[in-house]
Amino acid sequence: MNEKHTPVYINGIGIVSPQKPLRAEGLLTEPVSYHASQLRCPDPGYKEYIPAELIRRMGRIIRMGVTASKICLKDAMIRYSPEHENPINPQAIITGTGLGCIEDTEKFLTSMIKNNEEFLTPTSFIQSTHNTVAGQIALLLKCHSYNFTYVQRGNSFESALIDAITQMKTGEFGNVLVGGFDELTQHSFAIMNRMGFWKRKPIDNLQLLNDHQRGTVAGEGAAFMFLEKQKHSGSYACLRGVEIFHKPASNNDLRHRLNKFLARHDLTEKEIGFTLLGFSGDTATDHFYHELIKSFPENSGFGYFKHLCGEYHTASSFASGLAALIMKSQSIPEIVRLQSAEKNSAPEYILIYNHFRGANHSFTLLSRP
Amino acid sequence: MPQRIFITGYGIISCIGRNIGEIYSAMHEGRSGLGRLNRIDSALRNEFPVGEVPFTNEQLFSLAGIEHREGYSRNALLGLIAAKEAFKHGGLDRHPGMKTGLISATTVGGMDQCEYFYEDFLNNDSKNAYIDSYDCADSTEKIAKELGITDFVTTISTACSSAANAIMLGARMIRAGKLHRALTGGCESLTRFHLNGFNALKILDKEPCKPFDQHRAGINLGEGAAYLVLESEESILKTGNVPLGELAGWGNSCEAYHQTASSPDGIGAYLAMKKAIEMSGLMPENIDYINAHGTGTDNNDLSEGRAIEKLFGDKIPKVSSTKPFTGHTTSAAGSTEAILSILCLQHQVIWPNLNFREQISELSFSPVEKMITNIPVNAVMSNSFGFGGNDTSLIFKKVILNINNKLTN
Repeated sequence: MNEKHTPVYINGIGIVSPQKPLRAEGLLTEPVSYHASQLRCPDPGYKEYIPAELIRRMGRIIRMGVTASKICLKDAMIRYSPEHENPINPQAIITGTGLGCIEDTEKFLTSMIKNNEEFLTPTSFIQSTHNTVAGQIALLLKCHSYNFTYVQRGNSFESALIDAITQMKTGEFGNVLVGGFDELTQHSFAIMNRMGFWKRKPIDNLQLLNDHQRGTVAGEGAAFMFLEKQKHSGSYACLRGVEIFHKPASNNDLRHRLNKFLARHDLTEKEIGFTLLGFSGDTATDHFYHELIKSFPENSGFGYFKHLCGEYHTASSFASGLAALIMKSQSIPEIVRLQSAEKNSAPEYILIYNHFRGANHSFTLLSRP
Repeated sequence: MPQRIFITGYGIISCIGRNIGEIYSAMHEGRSGLGRLNRIDSALRNEFPVGEVPFTNEQLFSLAGIEHREGYSRNALLGLIAAKEAFKHGGLDRHPGMKTGLISATTVGGMDQCEYFYEDFLNNDSKNAYIDSYDCADSTEKIAKELGITDFVTTISTACSSAANAIMLGARMIRAGKLHRALTGGCESLTRFHLNGFNALKILDKEPCKPFDQHRAGINLGEGAAYLVLESEESILKTGNVPLGELAGWGNSCEAYHQTASSPDGIGAYLAMKKAIEMSGLMPENIDYINAHGTGTDNNDLSEGRAIEKLFGDKIPKVSSTKPFTGHTTSAAGSTEAILSILCLQHQVIWPNLNFREQISELSFSPVEKMITNIPVNAVMSNSFGFGGNDTSLIFKKVILNINNKLTN
């Protein structure tokens, strides 16, 4: 199917990340550096977005997700006149999360094990379902629209994007609030550590690619985008298409998939001015990115992002938000560029290529609005 | 005209049977699968009846037709058994050039192993074989790998409406031209986590559940898996598959009322059912039977009942909840009940709502008490509602075939 028609515009962005609030103006001019094994999100000012009595009851991921969604909708509202009182009511709320409300899941599980299934209160169980964040966003907006949550490991956010784009192209929805989020807890860090995810010693996150231990640095975050069929003066970018695939069979297979993906949008590698790659600093799986780079002509630009947000199942949602911000600011922050010597051109197209642990791969394509 | 979506295969395992034949027999004989919990060492095992699949994990490996392997959760095994049956029934191994997707649903993923090994995950430095089943997508990826499905694989988790949403997504992906065929459904295994969670909410019944009864006292949890093969009309022309039913409409809505409770007037349920009917092109009076969500809680049955009254007025179709047969299989409930609904279309029967005695005083209708046979059933609505207010309604239509088993218009 040719996907180049019926454009989908990114008209609002809300990101909660280990970095300072991300805006198109002065984008990442002061990147936050950590010496750590984990990059966690500082409080983005929850009480500005969520009533105080609700904040207390909400798990951390719910606060992060709801806040990112509110920042996003507020951002999308800017184009309206200040008198515009009715908040936007999305026609669909679609989210993706790798582990969902893992802190509440752990709380309930730990307490169940420790107390031999006695003295349990339902609060953490209630909040443990993966669709809690999407449900809470709908609840706060009083929004009865289509509401969906994907939990497909490193392709959770992409699954949500594919659903959003598909339904906007078939005309089912005129707009969609779409987001990805995951939280880092001490238990999930420990468990993923057993699975060999993380580097054994703390690192300087901004030097992520210069560290040669196995594994990567743990991260977390929530990122939402407001998608609409209409273009506005404030539109960030056009979301062209998304594709997910499982571990490619070979380097050729990977390059072939890229080629086919671009061809579906009537593009070739040489037209992609800038590619944002999911380099995680894990020598065991970063080779996919090196391979992909070989597909492009020599003067192509490349960047990376996981030194800013860390690795998590939905880190690609941070990347999508970042790419849209880059598109709008029409310049590529130095901290994002793979080689600072590369020219800082304003790209017409940005491609994101990410994979999670070498298993869940995705391409996301953005263009100038 | 948008593409019509047909069901051309299904597979199921639950406490009442290990395949479609056994399930149909049990339903036909009015045999409930609820009983004592045998396979999990839970403090609650003697307190609450459950719908447990009566096989050990070892036996499930053999039912799934695979060698015993470390790292397979019960959830994944149940999923694989039902998915394999549907895969074979729908002939998904044939026509390899067609784009085929797997959309699976689960709520607690491999929790059945995680809750057992959790301390080991945290404290032991060796990599536990079950550690990958810590997330929800593990069972999906295992099923995809076993069946060789690669074109599109994803997992949905919207609590108890998960599998209904998986079916709906499959249909939409086919309609959008992204897939030719989709294997859709959900799986769930009983866990201490779920039992204790629902117990903490005080919504488990100590007796076999009594949906839509004035004295209903809560849920009986169950386990199982169910998958359906969806195809477009265009795809059927290629595969030659015989459609078992048509998925004519679907609706998804969020209550936006409370994280776990349903609103008193059932606004989410009402909107989901209304959207599904509008899409199907049918009138409310064309619905012959509603396979209700009907969990047996005070809150759900009243709220769902009111939503049904609002939509259908004084022409309320036959209604029953089949959860007294299967237990509430949470993320597998949507696809389990979708298959039970299709069986009604195929065999022209309506399933009874077991354990019903007395009508809910606030409602104007009672559910079906005894199985009805030889009744025209042309359209069935199947409801699935979940925490987070995620409500979904599906409508299945009988398919008219000519003598060559081909679709007539």
